[in-house]
Amino acid sequence: MIFGLTTDSASIHAVADTVRTMTDTAGAAAAQASNPSNGGWIIKHVADSHTLDLLPFGEIHLPHIGPIQIGGLSIDMSITKHVVMLWAAGIALLAVMNLVARSYRKSLIPGRFAGAIEMLILFVRDDIVLPAMGEKGKKFLPYFLTLFFFILFANLFGLIPYASTPTGNLNVTAALAMIAFFVIQIAGIMQYGLGGYFKGLVPPDIPIFVIPIMVIVEVLGLFTKPFALCVRLFANMIAGHIVIFSLIGLIFVFGTILIAPISIAFALFIELLEILIATIQAYIFTILTALFVGMAIHQEH
Amino acid sequence: MLQLDPGVIIWTTLTFGLLLVVLRATAWKPILKALDERERTIRQSIERAEETKRESQELLDENRRSASKAEERAQRLIEEAREFAEKIRSETMAKAASEATRLIDKAREEIERDKQQAITQLHGLVAELAVKAAEKILDETIDESRQKKLVEKFLTSLRKN
Repeated sequence: MIFGLTTDSASIHAVADTVRTMTDTAGAAAAQASNPSNGGWIIKHVADSHTLDLLPFGEIHLPHIGPIQIGGLSIDMSITKHVVMLWAAGIALLAVMNLVARSYRKSLIPGRFAGAIEMLILFVRDDIVLPAMGEKGKKFLPYFLTLFFFILFANLFGLIPYASTPTGNLNVTAALAMIAFFVIQIAGIMQYGLGGYFKGLVPPDIPIFVIPIMVIVEVLGLFTKPFALCVRLFANMIAGHIVIFSLIGLIFVFGTILIAPISIAFALFIELLEILIATIQAYIFTILTALFVGMAIHQEH
Repeated sequence: MLQLDPGVIIWTTLTFGLLLVVLRATAWKPILKALDERERTIRQSIERAEETKRESQELLDENRRSASKAEERAQRLIEEAREFAEKIRSETMAKAASEATRLIDKAREEIERDKQQAITQLHGLVAELAVKAAEKILDETIDESRQKKLVEKFLTSLRKN
């Protein structure tokens, strides 16, 4: 009997916890709704978090991992909302591409779906990589295809309700830019050798006294290029979402339902625009990386 | 929103790296291979079509050439046949004409000859009749050879006149 009692009390505690969580959530939502002008709720929605918000069905708490100590740094390896979204985008990408690959294994003539994806693959190959890098670009095609489709899928994931844009997180775009940085440097070093590549960064046949300035400029350039890639993608992806949330927020700022049709019409317009921006940003990130790699492997100025 | 989160950076890098490796093996390689293969197939098909077109053009030209040659030869043959026929016709005509002339001449000769013969016979007959008539009239028989001589004399005189 004592056994049963303890079980009962445990379950009561669990129920109480759940109720408390629910009231907390509702309270927080109410607080946000009652004071929408501060904008904090927008930041909460676009920022990374440790919970998957599934209002009104509650929320999923994501596991905390770490902080892990690596070389004196303590790194929080928690699976956050954006990491989950990245994985979702990656799994969707894997599923789509395996479908396409299976279609090609069956026949060289693509079906409707494979034909649509093929258009994008050919676009990356013939309009981005090969013009920027020439025949050597074929070696880098898997990287650029993965980059383009990963960014595209991640961008588009932000448009699905309950999902969020992983590319609207500065850390995600920073990681992508870091990878791009390493690809650019490694491509250049593979082409000219370690010394040859860094010597080739400075244009030949320039006056001696300019060389120190050029060295500083070129070395800075190495880092500013991926930095610009990182910030551009992040800012573009987060801006659209902030605009959509702001338009929705107008309903609560004005405190009347009459503003809702206008808000929703504009939000819909921005949402459609976001589809375009998602594609364009994936294209820009990919073509700029391809151009930088092309510049690294063709150093003649 | 702008805070640095190394965990997310590491997760993103890992995700991207893993995705690159898996996609490269399962998707990009077969897809790119299939695309290359298809492009090659299309290029080959076009080249083959060009080749076939060229060949058929050649064949057509050759056919046309041989047809025109055959036409020419047929024309020549017809011309020759016509000339030959013309020749035969004119020859036949000439031959027929000469044959006709010959036959006419021959007939004429024969007629002439028959006429002469008839005249000679008639002379004899006339002499005989005249003698018989004279015998009856004169009631006197004269030696036959003398009578004949008389008649001939008369006849020659007749002919002279």
